[in-house]
This record gives sequence, C-alpha cells and structure tokens, in this order.
Amino acid sequence: MKTYWPIVVVVALLAAVPLFTTSNVVFNFLVAALLIALAGQGWNLLGGYGGQYSFGHAAFFGTAAYATAVLQVRYGVNAWLGLFIGIAAGALVGAIIGALTFRSGLRGSYFSLVTLAFAEVLRIIASVAPITGAGVGTLIPLDLHPRAFQFQSRVPFYFIALALVALSLIIVRVIENSRFGAYLVAVRENEDAASALGVDAFLVKLCAITISAAITAAAGCFYAQYFLFIDAGIAYGPWISIDALLAPIVGGAGTVFGPLLGALVIKTLGEATKLMAADAPGLDLVIYGLLLVGVVGLAPRGIAGLLRTLSRLRPSSGSTPEGSHG
Amino acid sequence: MAEALLKVENVSKRFGGLLAVDEASFSAASGHITALIGPNGAGKTTLFSIIAGFLSPDHGRVLYDGANITGEPPHRLARRGVARTFQIVQPFAGLTVRENIAIGSHLSHRGRGEALAAAGEVARSVGLGAQLEAPAATLTVAGRKRLELARALAIAPRLILLDEVLAGLNPSEIRDMIPVIRTIADSGMAVLMTEHVMQAVMSLAEQVFVLAEGCVIAQGTPRQVAADQRVIEAYLGHGAAKQMAAGAGHD
Repeated sequence: MKTYWPIVVVVALLAAVPLFTTSNVVFNFLVAALLIALAGQGWNLLGGYGGQYSFGHAAFFGTAAYATAVLQVRYGVNAWLGLFIGIAAGALVGAIIGALTFRSGLRGSYFSLVTLAFAEVLRIIASVAPITGAGVGTLIPLDLHPRAFQFQSRVPFYFIALALVALSLIIVRVIENSRFGAYLVAVRENEDAASALGVDAFLVKLCAITISAAITAAAGCFYAQYFLFIDAGIAYGPWISIDALLAPIVGGAGTVFGPLLGALVIKTLGEATKLMAADAPGLDLVIYGLLLVGVVGLAPRGIAGLLRTLSRLRPSSGSTPEGSHG
Repeated sequence: MAEALLKVENVSKRFGGLLAVDEASFSAASGHITALIGPNGAGKTTLFSIIAGFLSPDHGRVLYDGANITGEPPHRLARRGVARTFQIVQPFAGLTVRENIAIGSHLSHRGRGEALAAAGEVARSVGLGAQLEAPAATLTVAGRKRLELARALAIAPRLILLDEVLAGLNPSEIRDMIPVIRTIADSGMAVLMTEHVMQAVMSLAEQVFVLAEGCVIAQGTPRQVAADQRVIEAYLGHGAAKQMAAGAGHD
C-alpha cells in the first residue's frame, strides 16, 4: 500500500487549491496542465514504460474528442455517456494502430513515424468529412448543467480533471506493481530476451497501446467538454502529440509522476513565454524545443531522474537501503 | 542413455548463399549434459536459435517431449519449458539483478512479490545472492553470464540451452561456474550447451556432437570425439590428423 501514499498526498494538495484561490486564471492554468498531464500519462505508459515512442497520440485524443462531441451534437447522446464512448473509441483506435504496427514488427523510429502518419491521416479526414463538421469544426451547444457535463464555474471542471489524473496515476501505479508492468518494462529493455523468458511481446505491446490510448482519450473527451469546440487542427493536430510526449519526457518517462511534473513545468514555461513576448507567436514552441534538447542532453531521465540522482549524491540520504521500486 | 527430451531431425537452414546448418540431427536427454561443439561458424548458434524458436528451419523438424515444436515462437516455447541463454549477453540493463530474474519467475508466479522472492532464490543458486539489488548494467562479464543463467533457470525449464556461458570468463571464473552447470543437470533438466572452452566440455558433457560447416560430423563421449580424425581435421585443417599421428610416431 505504501507505494500509493505519494499519489494520495499529491492529489490532496492539488484538491486543496480551491481553498486558497478563486481566480479563473489559476484554474485555467491548472486545468490546462492537468489535461496535458492526463494525455501525457497515456503516452508515458506506452513510451516511458514500454519504450514504444509514439508521435501520434493525437489520434486517440482527437478520436475521443470527436466521438463525444459528434454524439452529443448529431445524436443527442448524453455528455457523460459520450465520455465513456469517447474513451472506448480512443482505445479501439489504439488497439487497431497497435495491431497493425506491432504485427508488422515496427520498432523504434519506424513505429514513431507510422503513428505520426496515422494521426495526420485522421486529421485530414476530419478536415473534410461532413460528420465532423469538416473545416468549420464542431460546436457543442451551451447547456450549463451538470448532467450535460457543463458547469458555470471552473472549479467543478478542475475537480473532474483532477479526478481523471488521480485515476490515471493509480492505474499506472497498479500496472507498475504488476506482472504486466514488469513484462512491459522487459520489452522496453530487450524484446528478444523478454520473449525468451515467455513474454508475448506482441500481446504486451498491444495491451499497453490500448490502455495508453484510453487514458489519452479521456483527455480528449475532457477537452471537448471544457472548450465546447473542436476542429481537425485541435483534435488531431500535432500540438497534442507533442505535449503528450514532452510532458513525460521532461518530467521523467517511466515514472508515475513524470507526466504531471512535466506538464506543470512546460505549462509554466509556456505561460511565462506568453507574458514576456505576447506578440511573438510560436515562441513557446521554440522554448519547448530548447527545453527538450536540454532535458535529453542533460537529464535523460527527466526531472524525476535528476532529483533521484541528486538525492543519491547527498551522502546522508544515499545510505537508506530502499529498493528502487518507487 | 534415457529417452531424449529434445530431438533435432535433419534440420537445415540457409542464409542466402550460405548453408549454415545442413541436415543436422542430434538429441538431448533429461538429467544429462549434452554439448554441441565445433569451430567458429559451424552453425552452433544458428541451431540454438532454431531450437529456441528465434529462427525457422528451411527443412527438418524439432521434437520436444514428443511434440513437434518446429517454428513455434520463443515465448510459447519458454512456457513449454525451453529456456535459453544468449551468447552475447542480453540483460535488461535498466533493471536490478532481482528484477531481471523476476521476469522469468513471473512465468509461474503471477504476483510481483512472489516473483521477486523466487528471483532471490534463483540468484542465490547461481551465486548472485550478494548483487541482488545491483543494477544489471554494473555487473562484470562473469556476473552477466550468471545473470543469463539465472534468468533462464527462473522459468523453471525442463530443457536449458546454454550458448557459450563460459566464453569470456577467466580460468578461475570457469572453475566456479562448472559445478553450477553440473548441479542444473543433476536436478533433472536436460542441458544442451555449446562451448569453446574444451576443458569445460571434457569435464562436463556426457554426450558430444561435433558440428562442422553445418553438418554433424561426429558424436560420442568427449574422449571418443577428441580422438576422432574428422574432428581433429575440422578444427586444425585438412591433413592435421595425419601429421599429428606422424609426429607422435617420431617421438
């Protein structure tokens, strides 16, 4: 049980924020960060733990966002039901992409490129298909009612985002402590050696991409409800694929808190950049690029890895005989 | 010799223009150590990869416990009880020794705690007990070889394929390793090993098959094989056996 205490503490701290502020600026910032943390946690499971670097998590985010939006607008489906259908739709897309790519034995950068291609193809289809509203996009009509998954205030949204992130932290922690998690890491470290020990690498990767897609899909559904508008560039655009991989890599890929930590850092940097140079569009992307280069070069295991190394360097805390299962 | 657990029948494998394995047949029995030896490039590792499911043979078949397992994927063979080590060690470098071995233990232990505990026991049986929590990347060559062995043993196999587990070790490390391998066979497993270290083959193996240019050219006890003219020629070149016989005559 003790491996779950850090999750309880972090979630409790974040849940206490509304006690101290009512500022919409703060909530907008935190909701955006939690959204990226959630999408990033999905990427982290497949990329951080499984070593399969996807450049196309937008495919899952976008599918879920469109599923929940289109079902509400065109078929009158309840938004909460849409949330679950959206997650299922994202997971299904994950399973299909996984089955196709892993069955053909794509590894490393080939896998990355093919996932990018899938997301781009979906973006182009969404930008012309009538059901998605094509170039105009889909607008979810305003209905500020909890049963429509819409709220007057930012605070309920904040708690829902936090609950989703908490759930994703627990899911990843459970996986980390399970046989499936051990097999997933073994596949990342050495696929041949893993299969010689009875690990069905294909099945393990397929399960991982399906769960990964479902988590990122939850972020897509939330996005649609929060902003009430999506188009092809938002749903399937490269921005979400980049944020979803940048957050865990910066925070520490293959660690439970990596995506949350990374999301807070990159969102803070993004906001700071906007404050300093409001009229320079794209400058935040330049900052992200520099950050990525810096992290990969100086702290390849992210902030979490850097903190762990630093704590080992301090002689006092280095002597604790704690196993590295944290 | 007891009924063979593993039978390889007329297996051939071609890589482009190179016939790596040519109609090779041999067998290995439970509780015994069988060695597959031969000069570099004889096809030993290719044969191992075929038995363990990493390659499919062009012809022939592999029988394990009476079942035809030719072409079955490695993970399914592992579940049947076929374990292998890799000649070029393949540790999960980012994991500790215990976590490495636990991947194998998970085959029979679903729970993480049980698998980690079982891994500890296997580690102690191969002399890695002291390094359990060390990252695999920090092990010496000898340690990595032991780790390969421990991981393979962790799946509780009935047949274990040891691909040059002694290569790269110094004489004292080899001396330490030999009893470990003998204990494995004594516990009832079928051990099939390839080895370059002849001293080890001579003292360990009960049955030796000699592979040269993909063909099994001789078989028998280590002593019989070492005296075989074709074996001497395969290792030392054409006419070597005659020269040695002539040299012995002059003394």
